[in-house]
Parts: sequence; structure tokens; C-alpha cells
Amino acid sequence: MSKLPFRVRSPYRVEERLFPLLGFAVIFSSGLMFCVLLTDIVRDGLPRLDWQFLTSFPSRKPQKAGILAAIVGTLWVMGLIGLIAIPLGICAATYLEEYAPRNKWMNAIELNIANLAGVPSIIYGLLGLALFVRTLHLGRSLIAGAMTLSLLVIPIIILSSREALRAVPQSIREASYALGASRWETIRDQVWPAALPGILTGIILALSRAIGETAPLVAIGALTYVNFLPGSDLFSAQFPWFNLKCLLDPFSALPIQIFNWLSRPQKAFLTNAAAAILVLLALTFIMNSMAIVLRNRARKSMR
Amino acid sequence: MPRHTHRRLKEAFIEKIFLSTALFAIFVTAGILWVLAFETLAFFKEIPFLSFLTDGQWTPLFSEPHFGILPLLAGTILTSAIAMAVAAPTGLISAIYLSEYATERIRHFMKPLLEMLAAVPTIVYGYFALTWLTPLLQSVLPDLAGFNALSPGIVMGMMIMPAVASISEDALHTVPIGLREGGFALGATRFQVAFQIVLPSAISGVLASLILGVSRAVGETMIVAIAAGLQPRLTFNPLVPIETAAAYIAQISMGDVPSGTLAYRTLFAVGMALFVFTFALNGLSFILRKRFREIYE
Repeated sequence: MSKLPFRVRSPYRVEERLFPLLGFAVIFSSGLMFCVLLTDIVRDGLPRLDWQFLTSFPSRKPQKAGILAAIVGTLWVMGLIGLIAIPLGICAATYLEEYAPRNKWMNAIELNIANLAGVPSIIYGLLGLALFVRTLHLGRSLIAGAMTLSLLVIPIIILSSREALRAVPQSIREASYALGASRWETIRDQVWPAALPGILTGIILALSRAIGETAPLVAIGALTYVNFLPGSDLFSAQFPWFNLKCLLDPFSALPIQIFNWLSRPQKAFLTNAAAAILVLLALTFIMNSMAIVLRNRARKSMR
Repeated sequence: MPRHTHRRLKEAFIEKIFLSTALFAIFVTAGILWVLAFETLAFFKEIPFLSFLTDGQWTPLFSEPHFGILPLLAGTILTSAIAMAVAAPTGLISAIYLSEYATERIRHFMKPLLEMLAAVPTIVYGYFALTWLTPLLQSVLPDLAGFNALSPGIVMGMMIMPAVASISEDALHTVPIGLREGGFALGATRFQVAFQIVLPSAISGVLASLILGVSRAVGETMIVAIAAGLQPRLTFNPLVPIETAAAYIAQISMGDVPSGTLAYRTLFAVGMALFVFTFALNGLSFILRKRFREIYE
């Protein structure tokens, strides 16, 4: 509350002295727990994390097992989510911020999107299982997994993109209209570029959420024993030089692989899980730091 | 075609495309409801609704199956209550501290820390509960089973706390500075201003954060699936293995049940209960937050 224009001197009372200490202690201890969590996982997993682990397929012998198929599967799913969820999310947010009339219907849609962002991820897994895996007969494929996770990610992207669009000053739009630009031209040439850092931040955060999501993939039944690289025959020698059939390949992903190892009784698999968690955490934190840096830069340029 | 008509058509076309993407959210909700309702109705054709609500056993895969939701409900309530017992006080204290006491420098340092905590995937928290917290608690409570409700409940509280703190802090922060100045002018202390002026003014936003926390706890799957034992049991004893509704869904769909079987349908009946409950909580939280924003903006 440093925005107060004066200094507050409170009389000596127990609660006046104790509460700030308590507040600091609570936040400090949650930071401490975070460090404990990190050191616990690093201690368990780091000795196992070597080149062999990163480049091997799963195996019944814990010492021979690795996460190559899981990493490739995760990268594939993230790429597909990007292709599906980013355009849909940005367009929906643009409609709601720039076009939508203020009425009952729009309020209902708004409430609906906010609600979808809070639906438990396992429910999206059930939707994916019934709709994509069974009804559309996509099986437990890359595309089914990516579409399921996209449904989960889109409301998050919509919410954060709307916030970014809302932060673009109205005067920019008015200036653009005054120069004769149409609504779409204003959005394409002025509003989107101005909101881009904010939108990107939201997208990265949403993807970093998706990369660690386990429950929906468990629900649609993503495999844990995949001894080939999913989607490796995307490019072909003949026309049309790529083949989308590989999107129907079964796949594994990092969180699924971790869950599988965690549910086994042997201690050595727990070690494998810890090592895989390290890789997952590294990916998550890289994405999150990128988002934080982008956001800080965006805030500076807005001022 | 004259140029301006062409341009108007293009504008209208683009608007329609954007509108259809916004309507997509409605389709997803409708899809969830349709899928859940379809299988749930088929489920209740075979299992009477009353026994679903009153049977004390949940053993859908046994040769003599029982379909009583109560054990899953008890497990869900138990873990969520433990989680909120951790998340509510720590989240609120952090929020009040960050908004009313901390200097700008501390805020600048602490907020990313809370964000990092919120970014950790839940499966990692599950690992932490299973391999670190449970053994630690066992050294204090010798009766604690290897799988239990206590340890995942506490870890779930850790996971939810940043969300509670961050939403409450936003709410406290939007309370106009004039209210605080008025309080100080009347001779109130910082503590009195925080708890008797700012907190009551922001109460709907703070409540919204707590409701959202409950909804997160109820829907959380992986932490309980890993560390709570996957054993449906009608008990409120936090020391023994239990199972929650969300964890049940993960457990069964993992073993690829064939479509159309009763076991497959239980997934959707349980999912329906989960969806309706969390959807109602989220809606309530959204409305509270919106009303709060309208008061102060």
C-alpha cells in the first residue's frame, strides 16, 4: 500500500506488530515449501537424468527406460494445440472486446467462458473420450489428445487476450477511425499489434498449463508404452510431401509417463519419475519466465 | 461491384467469423452437457437414483457391484476440507499482507514467487505428497497409512493457496484509497483499517476467491489419484486410503473400459455430479467478482 500519500504511525499494539510478521512468515514459508519441493525432486531425479534417459524409449527395466517418446509426444501435442487454440482464442476474444453488443446474450457468453476456464480438467478428458476418441473414432491419437487439451486451453486464452485488448487505449482506435480505417483495419493494424505482448503472455501461460495437464490425457487413455516416435512420417517423398495420417498415431506425453512410473511399486521407477519431473518442470519454468519477461516489457511500453 | 459495398461485405464477413469463434464456448458447454447427460441417463436406467444416493458402497467393478456415490462424496469433501483449511487462512493472510502492509519492493518480489507456485503441474505436487510429505507425517503420526487423505489434502492446499491469495489481493487492491484515508483520519490503526474497513469492503471479491479455491479442490484429480490410494471408503478419517470423485474417473478410464458398459457409464454419472457442482461454484464466484468490480470501477 505504498500509494498512501502519508506515513502511517500506528500506536503500539500486539496485533500491529504481529500481523506483518505473520504475513511475511506465511509467504516466506510458502516460498520455503517451494524450495523444499524443488530440492526433493532434484535430489531424487538429477542423478538419473543423463543422455541415455533422454534418448531411450520406455522399458520394463527402469535403468533402461527413457522419455524420448514422451518428449516427442509432448512437443507434437503442444504444436497442435498452438495451431488449434491460438487462432480460435484470439478471434473469440477480439469479438467479445471489439464487436460484441452489451446485452444479456453477451453476458451469458461471458459467464460461460469464465465458467469453462474453471471446469475440472478431468471433465474435458471425459468430453474428449466420448467425443473424439469414441464418437469420431480418432482413437487415442495425437490429434484426439491435442483437441481435448485445446478445449481446456481456449477459455484461458480468451480471458487473457481480452484483458490485453482491453488495455489498448481507446484513443488509438478513435485515431484510426478518424483516418478512415474500417473496424477490421483498425483491429488488424492498430489494436492487435498494440495488444500483442499481452496476448503472447497469455498464450505462453496457457500452453505452460497444458504441458503439465495429466488428468485429461489419462481420461482419454494416452499410452505409456510407446516404442516409436509418433508423427515421424509427417513428411513423405511423393506429392503432397506430407501426410496427415500420422496425426492418428498413438502417443505418450511427459505427464502421462510420470504418472505411469509413479503408480508402480518399484523404487527405481520413482527415481525415473523424479527425473522426468525435472524435465517437465524445466519446460514449465522456461515458459513462465518468458511470460513474465514479456509482461514486464509490455507494461513498460504501455506507460 | 462498387468499392464500398465490397468493403462492407468484407467487414460483415469478418465479424461473422469472429462471432462464430465466440459462440464456440457455448458449443463446448453444450457438448460437455450432452455427453454427460447422454451416458448419465443410460446409467440411471439401470441403477435407481435413490440407491445411487444412499448406498454406502462404491464397487462398480466387483462381481456383485454397488453404486453408491457416498464414499466418493465423503472422500471429496474430506480432501477438499483439508485443502481449504490450509489454503484459506494462508491465502487470506498473504493477500492482506501484500495489499495492506508490504512495500512495493516486497510485492514486486513476492508476486512472481506465488505465480511460480501456481505454475507447478499438479502431478509434481502429487509426487511431492507421495514421496516427501507422507513419510514426514508418518514419523509424527505412526497410524498414518502410506496412502491417505491428509497428505494430498495439505499439498492440495499448497497448490490452491496462490490462487486464493492472488484473487483476494486483487480485490483488496481495488478498494479505493479514500476509504483507507478516512479510516486513518479517524485515528484507526493499520490493523483496524485492514480488517474493519478494507476487508469488509472487498468481501465479495474475497469470497469469490475462496469459492474458486473450493472448486479447484473438488476438481483436482492427479494429487489425490497418486497419493490418496484409490480406495472408495465411506469415512472421514484422514489417516486411511480414500478415493475422490475425480480420482475415480482417472482410475477407471485409464483401464480403457469399452463404450456402452455400465462401468463406462459410471464415469459420466460421476463426471456429471462433479461438473454440475463445480460449474455452480464457478458461476457464483464469477458473479460475486463481477458485482464487486461494478461497485468500485
